[in-house]
Amino acid sequence: MVTIDPTLVSQAAKELYIRALKVLPPDVKAALARAHDRESHPRAREILGVMLKNLDVAEARGLLVCQDTGTPVYKLRIGRGLEYDGPELLAAIVEGVKQATLEHPLRSSVCHPIDRSNPQTNTGRRIPIIDVEFLEEAGYLELKMMPKGSGSENMSFLKMLTPADGLSGIKKFVLQCVVEAGGKPCPPTLVGVGIGGTSDLAMKLAKEAIWRPIGSSHPDSTIAALEAELLEAVNATGIGPMGLGGDTTALAVQIEYAHTHITQNPVAVTLQCWRGERAMARIYPDGHVDHGW
Amino acid sequence: MAEYRLTTPLSEAQVRGLRAGDSVTLDGIVFGVRDATLIRMFDQGQEASVDLSGAVCLHTAPNVKKVGERYEPLSVGTTTSMRMDRFTGPLLERYGVRGIIGKGGLSAESLKPFQRLGGVYLAITGGAAALETTQIEAIEGVWWEDLMPECLWKFRVRGLGPLTVAMDAHGGNLYAEVLGEAQRRLADIYARLGM
Repeated sequence: MVTIDPTLVSQAAKELYIRALKVLPPDVKAALARAHDRESHPRAREILGVMLKNLDVAEARGLLVCQDTGTPVYKLRIGRGLEYDGPELLAAIVEGVKQATLEHPLRSSVCHPIDRSNPQTNTGRRIPIIDVEFLEEAGYLELKMMPKGSGSENMSFLKMLTPADGLSGIKKFVLQCVVEAGGKPCPPTLVGVGIGGTSDLAMKLAKEAIWRPIGSSHPDSTIAALEAELLEAVNATGIGPMGLGGDTTALAVQIEYAHTHITQNPVAVTLQCWRGERAMARIYPDGHVDHGW
Repeated sequence: MAEYRLTTPLSEAQVRGLRAGDSVTLDGIVFGVRDATLIRMFDQGQEASVDLSGAVCLHTAPNVKKVGERYEPLSVGTTTSMRMDRFTGPLLERYGVRGIIGKGGLSAESLKPFQRLGGVYLAITGGAAALETTQIEAIEGVWWEDLMPECLWKFRVRGLGPLTVAMDAHGGNLYAEVLGEAQRRLADIYARLGM
């Protein structure tokens, strides 16, 4: 057994938060550039151009891409053969968020849900959100980070459809959500769809879908075809960048599914804004850290 | 589609001269307001001790760094306006605000005060805060620091934009046009999907 040092985890949690806010994943940049090239609506093209220029300015000057520091969300993925103290690793992630917030400094976007007081640390009761998963691979720990922006998070939808509503009901719901959201989630969005499970699992699946790189088709060919069909349909609505019209309403539709109860047909939709912010680090017991997306 | 470079404060005539689809770039002062700021001003009835007549407000809560007694802007972006929709009328009526900069648009209800009192909604590209921050010259004032980051902010801006006049003082509303068109298109899309 090899031991993971929690200080490596807190350092990574801090760095990932700041990096995710400043440098977008290569798949997101490529998708935005493709959308800009293809866009036929002049205003939409100008807006996509502003988004691309903004990324250059952010990287050149070390600025945040967006002012929303989001809700910090982490995935702690633990490989086989590691020795670790679980609660210590979770505490290390919380500490990393606090350090990033106070030392950068970052705006604290987290508050108490009732009295609305802001602890000014981007942490609080059950925040950051930390999902723990186990990897098939051995010998390293993976930490993934997503600062989930609120303009898009406020556009989250769940519907417990009936079996008689079928797949048509699911498609219709996805399209209605995108149109209802309009310009509010900062389109072009990444549309995450969760199909099946229970109400909580459906939303979790929708969230899983937005962790995938943009343009990564689902390995199940039926789901991949549904993703392509829905992307074309979503873009045919003409909502466009920032809801001001155009060909590009979504950069991708990505779907995850689970089996469900015979009486149920749950569907959840979550939108991710055009920035699709996320970052990842692999931490090895010898102290080596690889950074990626 | 005309292009304008305007300096704040804005007059009623200037605002009524703008049409949905026009492009505006702003110089001068822009006041940052957010959910908590507006709740304090209107739901809790506390007077903002600043002259907002002819002002342009920006829906924002910035990232800042305190240096001595002043704040430096680290990232000033724009938030979704619809959450603060119901404060639009009061901002125009009670404080004489002429312009709201935001993203995602306001409801059709907010068109009424724009028409009646002379106001516009200027859409900025959401999420493009790095660029927006380079257009902020300084933070010249802050009120209600206990609401951090949702204080009332006074920003000096140069070349803020491009901004699209998305809702004008004549009932023009780009969001409603796009939404109406999307709803018409949905019928065709459903048919194509065999629904």
